[in-house]
Amino acid sequence: MLSSKVFSELLSSKGFNFYTGVPCSLLSGLIRIIDDDPETPYFPAVREDAAVGLCAGAYLAGKLPVLLMQNSGLGYCLNAFTSLNLIYKIPVLVVMSWRGEDGSDAPEHIIMGEINQKLLQTSSMEYSVLSSDNYEASLNTALQKIKEGLPYTLLVGKGHFNEGH
Amino acid sequence: MKGTEAFEEIIPLLTDEAVIHANGYICRESFNIKDREGNFYMIGSMGLASSIGLGVAISRPDQKTVIIDGDGNVLMSMGTLAMIAAAAPKNLLHIVIDNEAYESTGSQRSLSNSVALEKVAQSAGYLQTKKVTSKDQIKYAFQELMGKDGPSFLLIKVEPSFDKSTGRVRHTPEEITTRFMKSLNPTKD
Repeated sequence: MLSSKVFSELLSSKGFNFYTGVPCSLLSGLIRIIDDDPETPYFPAVREDAAVGLCAGAYLAGKLPVLLMQNSGLGYCLNAFTSLNLIYKIPVLVVMSWRGEDGSDAPEHIIMGEINQKLLQTSSMEYSVLSSDNYEASLNTALQKIKEGLPYTLLVGKGHFNEGH
Repeated sequence: MKGTEAFEEIIPLLTDEAVIHANGYICRESFNIKDREGNFYMIGSMGLASSIGLGVAISRPDQKTVIIDGDGNVLMSMGTLAMIAAAAPKNLLHIVIDNEAYESTGSQRSLSNSVALEKVAQSAGYLQTKKVTSKDQIKYAFQELMGKDGPSFLLIKVEPSFDKSTGRVRHTPEEITTRFMKSLNPTKD
């Protein structure tokens, strides 16, 4: 298991300095640590596409933003990713929890859990599946893509971060 | 007042503000009256001009930020009014050109003929809200709101008037990003 604390410190050390999102229980520990630390300002968003917009504005104004969300919000974001981020070259790091990864989650998560990678691929949204072995390398890849002006997603399955509730 | 007249009143009042434009005829009217490097023309992602503007305003508290939004955009992302009110950026003015229609797609009606958007903004917690219905009120309302701490909301009721021959924004999206970022940070390459 990857410590939420270690990961949030790694994000800060890489220069990420603006956080928003819509919560997921799998990310609860990470969100709590970020929200509790005045050095990592966290702005709750009402829906995932509004969080994409917020991150875009923050980036335009010189910040390096992170969007924390559940994969159930991916559909809301597709228009924003395709008609804003990808064509304007406005990057964002998306930390997206992967509910329904193994098909044994609650019914509402099964279909999105099965298709979220295909949706990202179809939308030309680059991503990595995060694990405790590859998280630093994945974050470095993400930073490289962000420098190129591309959004990048880290998909995080159940049990990778310690939860905070 | 016609929508175009509202733009003709607002645009000359802008100085060094960062201005985020909603998609549709709002981008096109503003671009064709006066193009500015500090204009962000959001040509897609309907509903997100408000959240983009909020992101700019809270990231750069020293930078006056204006959102020029439309009623359809505000109705689509009404929740963002709550985000703006909660974040409470003093440097943000949210202007809504309200023609009660989706004019650039054929003037289908929206819901703002029966939903008072300025009251929604006020209830959400914007510090200042104002509604104007005539051209000669715009300058005073704009200057009054710019002189006070925001977040502020200025609803401008207009009649549909968009001329379809008005050209589209001629910069590419990537150019819009580059010039807008440069205008916010002119010393950086």
